[in-house]
Amino acid sequence: MHNPQLNANGELTHLLSIEGLPREVIVHILDTASSFLKVSAREVKKVPLLRGKSVFNLFFENSTRTRTTFEIAAKRLSADVINLDVTRSSTAKGETLLDTVDNLVAMHADMFVVRHAASGAPHLIADHLRRLQRSDVHVVNAGDGRHAHPTQGLLDMYTIRHYKRDFSQLVVAIVGDILHSRVARSDIHALTTLGVAEVRAVGPQTLLPACVESMGVRVFNDLRLGLRDCDVVIMLRLQNERMSGTLLPSAREYFRCYGLTPAMLELAKPEAIVMHPGPMNRGVEIDSDVADGPQAVILPQVTYGIAVRMAVMSIIAGN
Amino acid sequence: MSAKKLHIRNGRLVDPAHGLDRIADLFIADRRIVGVGQAPADYSADQSIDAAGLVVCPGLVDLSARLGGIEPELAAAVAGGVTSLACPPDTKPPLDEPGLVERLVRRSETHALARVFPVGALTQELAGQKLAEMHGLSNAGCIAFSQARRPIVNTMLLLRAMQYAATFGYAVRLRPQDDFLAGEGVAHDGEVASRLGLTGIPVCAETVAVGTALELAAQTGVRLHLSRLSSAAGMALVRQARDNGMSVTCDVSAHHLHLSEADIGYFDTNARLDPPLRSLTDRQALRAAAQEGLAVVCSDHTPIDADGKQLPFAEALPGVTALELLLPLTLLWAAQDELPLTLALARVTCDPASILGIDAGALRVGSRADVCLFDPAERWQVTAASLRSQGKNTPFLGREVQGRVRMTLVDGRVVFTA
Repeated sequence: MHNPQLNANGELTHLLSIEGLPREVIVHILDTASSFLKVSAREVKKVPLLRGKSVFNLFFENSTRTRTTFEIAAKRLSADVINLDVTRSSTAKGETLLDTVDNLVAMHADMFVVRHAASGAPHLIADHLRRLQRSDVHVVNAGDGRHAHPTQGLLDMYTIRHYKRDFSQLVVAIVGDILHSRVARSDIHALTTLGVAEVRAVGPQTLLPACVESMGVRVFNDLRLGLRDCDVVIMLRLQNERMSGTLLPSAREYFRCYGLTPAMLELAKPEAIVMHPGPMNRGVEIDSDVADGPQAVILPQVTYGIAVRMAVMSIIAGN
Repeated sequence: MSAKKLHIRNGRLVDPAHGLDRIADLFIADRRIVGVGQAPADYSADQSIDAAGLVVCPGLVDLSARLGGIEPELAAAVAGGVTSLACPPDTKPPLDEPGLVERLVRRSETHALARVFPVGALTQELAGQKLAEMHGLSNAGCIAFSQARRPIVNTMLLLRAMQYAATFGYAVRLRPQDDFLAGEGVAHDGEVASRLGLTGIPVCAETVAVGTALELAAQTGVRLHLSRLSSAAGMALVRQARDNGMSVTCDVSAHHLHLSEADIGYFDTNARLDPPLRSLTDRQALRAAAQEGLAVVCSDHTPIDADGKQLPFAEALPGVTALELLLPLTLLWAAQDELPLTLALARVTCDPASILGIDAGALRVGSRADVCLFDPAERWQVTAASLRSQGKNTPFLGREVQGRVRMTLVDGRVVFTA
């Protein structure tokens, strides 16, 4: 099957999902991010790689934080950034997703950063651009439904590589609401592509997708067993609306069974790192003592996120 | 277009109803078949048609085709060799009033193409709350009653609907899918949906509903037909019921015989079907059921325009265009599973005709002259331009298929030639 994110030369032209990305492409993005990390630490935090290019942040779902990190990344590459709060404008007037895209293409957009509540929306846009033969316009998925959040997956890999160097011996536990998590899916694909020793999916059965083992993970319903001898623990956010009712009885019970406390963390390796895509629910999926503790690398994740997004945008725009 | 006397020469006559498959002539007069192999006495044809190299079979009978804008879909039907079709009640507005049914029948008759048999709504507005006027709808022309894709959540009402239908001997068709278990699902709850982050519809959504329908049908004695089975487990329950002596019937869609969840690929909305495409194991079970005659094959034709499909997967409308693919997909199944043509064509001719209880689907002397002539060897590409239906929505778009209809007769009149 034709891979919609690679061009005829096998180069990255859109970033839609980690799934299907060759290992070399992932490593290239991480290496490029590494060079951009220095840019952000300089007095003048800009490079001219995207000068004259227009990057449209197309957020059909609210997320000030992710949008801001993309905006910072694009601006550090010297691009012009246009933020569209689509939740409140065109779609409210009944315009379809592709009509919106057509209009922005007519305004000479060079890149769309897309966040959408429906899985597959960025694929739809990329497919539409292919039919329009606009290979000069690029799409970056900033999170679609439950499907993928590839830049988060990549910044997680950057963080793991920074602290652990070698992927091949690592045991990584992803804990929590895997069913609804695009971050979990992107992390699983990235980790299996980079060849870690074991990826664990830890959570109650109501929060695990069907056939999740087919993605190459080991399933644990018991957090204690899932954390044992882990090198990396990735905690997932539990959305408020899922805390009480049909999937879980209460946030309190969830914390009791799946919350990461210092005592629980002791089951992992002593040098294990703790990650979280944010925003955190302290006292629901993670205890403050862990979130603020020495093993947490949650704030470095944010810093690396900007470098990784700069890398993705510069690579894509160059292809 | 008057009722001529037609002599169809040298064709390969395939009549599954009688296990017939041989080179023979067919003689038609007064809208009926008057001779098979041998002309009746004093027969002189107005027109002679050379069918050498073609298969001559009964016009196809389709248990479910949605008609949208009626004329193009009826033209698509006869271009696909379909001469009789049942139309589900989820039209706009739904077929819950005798007047609406009469209007549909009248409108379809003015085009004089495929014959249309409306399926009436089981409940008012298909809302699953109050029984529809089944007796009036039957008088207006409905041949069965169903909810199309809409559920009856209240099992007491479902029991009452079956009891009421059984009172008059009406057939009830149910698309078995538990509304709670299906939820907001848009794809089979399996590997592909999990990978793509699509909400899944588990197999138990089908098995629970099949179990309920069978149990209530056994209680009421209603004539039950289960539409669009999609899973091996669902099919196993139907088989078990039949083995226990129940007369329940069922169907599968032609697309489900060929495709699986894997065909969704990267969110191909043309593969968004209802019920969803399931696993390869499920697909094999549907094929086996069709082979043994447990299930008949229908098109489940649902024309959808580009606006309804160029959307994120979950927002796209479910369904495929299939009237013109029913024959090629049946032939492809027969070829892949090495089935005799009589067996495969039975599932789209005499078998569905017997479920509908209509005079169609056979080539015996005295039966209506609804006939399909097709070239079994001709290959053609499925493209937007090659489909007459207004719907171009099928994963087979761009693919090559084999078997092309050359001529279709309805009531002894030539309604399509190519």
